[in-house]
Amino acid sequence: MEIAASLGRYTLNCIQVFGRSGIFLCVSIFQAFVLPFRFFRLVKEIEFIGSKSFLIVFVTALFTGMVLGIQGYYSLSQFGAEAALGTMVALSIIRELGPVLCALMVTGRAGSAIAAEIGIMKITDQFPALEMMAIDPLKYVISPKILAGIISLPLLTAFFDLVGIAGGYLVGVKLLGVNEGAYIGRIVSAVTFTDIYGGILKSFCFGGLIAWISTFMGFSAEPTTEGVSRATTNTVVVTSLSILIVDYILTSLLL
Amino acid sequence: MIRVENLVKRYGNIVASNNLNCHFEKGKVTVILGGSGSGKSTLLRQLTGLEQADSGAVYFDGVNLTGLSKKKLYVLRKKMGMLFQGSALFNYLNIFENIAFPLREHTKIADNIIKTIVTMKLEMVGLRGTENLMPSQLSGGMMKRVGLARAIVMDPKIIFYDEPTSGLDPISTGVIDKLIRDLNKTLNITTVVVSHDIESCFRIADNIIILFYGDIIASGTAQEIRNSKDPRVKQFINGDPEGPIPFTRTSKNYLDEILID
Ligand SMILES: Nc1ncnc2c1ncn2[C@@H]1O[C@H](COP(=O)(O)OP(=O)(O)OP(=O)(O)O)[C@@H](O)[C@H]1O
Ligand SMILES: [Mg+2]
Repeated sequence: MEIAASLGRYTLNCIQVFGRSGIFLCVSIFQAFVLPFRFFRLVKEIEFIGSKSFLIVFVTALFTGMVLGIQGYYSLSQFGAEAALGTMVALSIIRELGPVLCALMVTGRAGSAIAAEIGIMKITDQFPALEMMAIDPLKYVISPKILAGIISLPLLTAFFDLVGIAGGYLVGVKLLGVNEGAYIGRIVSAVTFTDIYGGILKSFCFGGLIAWISTFMGFSAEPTTEGVSRATTNTVVVTSLSILIVDYILTSLLL
Repeated sequence: MIRVENLVKRYGNIVASNNLNCHFEKGKVTVILGGSGSGKSTLLRQLTGLEQADSGAVYFDGVNLTGLSKKKLYVLRKKMGMLFQGSALFNYLNIFENIAFPLREHTKIADNIIKTIVTMKLEMVGLRGTENLMPSQLSGGMMKRVGLARAIVMDPKIIFYDEPTSGLDPISTGVIDKLIRDLNKTLNITTVVVSHDIESCFRIADNIIILFYGDIIASGTAQEIRNSKDPRVKQFINGDPEGPIPFTRTSKNYLDEILID
């Protein structure tokens, strides 16, 4: 009886959170297109989510590409197929590792910061203060962040792909002596538009997901210091898991 | 200016506003007094439309705020200023930008005029020269004064203050009290102050409303309240620990609860 009751309560709770966060997302996106358009807020948020993630994405991409270069070389050389290294590195990065790793890194760097920032705005009454100045907090604070997430992630992912493939090139061609023409030529012939399109589509979804979860977590945080720190932690956990789950769903739909 | 009719607000089984009826006169300073948890902030949030009542009505200049659309509410909000309990300054903007914020959002005033207006408001609260500091670099009392400068930058008709002097030293309290009084007298701004500071209350109040756990137990001019014979009012004003107002809220008998096992 006890168990059934708490299970029911938990389920109801989950549905409620889904509903509330869904409405939150819809209103925020709708408000983004209501005039006046807040161009400078958007640019600032893109700077925060996008530009400031460049370094971390660069390092992640470089080392991921380099590791793939080594691992791929040793696996492929067992069949004497080193020449296919370029294909292997490029496809795994463009289709999977680029969007997913990029999204996970941005979650850790920007998602947690967004949740904390919004949570702090909440406990210091900055949202009612905006309300009292006749400014819609969702439009002013949340919409630009969600748009910025959706815009930044595909760009970062494209950058990740480029650097990752270059990392594979460094190790494979320069260090392990794979033929340069084969590495690049195989990439050009093997990577199709569908691969790139699939990767970009994923990164769009992940960008929206990161911005949505982190803003909602901050916005619905309990107005205490523990509430904010819990929101920050939850953001990283929930977003990372969601990214992996959504990645599976999208991959199975795209293939 | 504001009339409250049969206002009811509950949080779970706590009654934060229990059928309140009161009004706030134009051009006067009205202080809402009451102990912690008596529903002062809740009443204030309903007066400004930040929170919707469960039932009853709040008339602002004759317009009912309950159930008003967001658009219409925002039009009325431009006539209101509010100083929050924690100042609610935007932590990512410096003092100048905090005060200029409503102007930049709602008007097309040129930069040099905005600068003049902000400087004037800062002079009013005695903080000229702090334009380039961030809110975190100010003391609590200074933040309250910046919050006040921001609240009056759009020249509101009415200002709401949530505990403007709590947690401040006596001199800062005096400064804030004088500011509230001066703004009310010189600009004729209707003023609503939430407070539990009796001394400062009598310094600024024209009218006083005393709340006790969701009920209005007294209201009238400052003089009437001071001379009130009501024992509950007397106890509150003198801060007596013993009297008709119980210190604890629960209805359970203390001895019963202690001796339960
Ligand atoms: N958002 C809320 N959710 C649930 N209960 C609330 C909420 N806001 C206020 N309450 C309850 O309503 C009652 C009145 O709260 P309110 O904040 O209005 O008190 P107050 O008079 O402003 O007290 P203080 O002087 O401490 O600020 C309290 O018992 C509080 O627990
Ligand atoms: Mg309060």
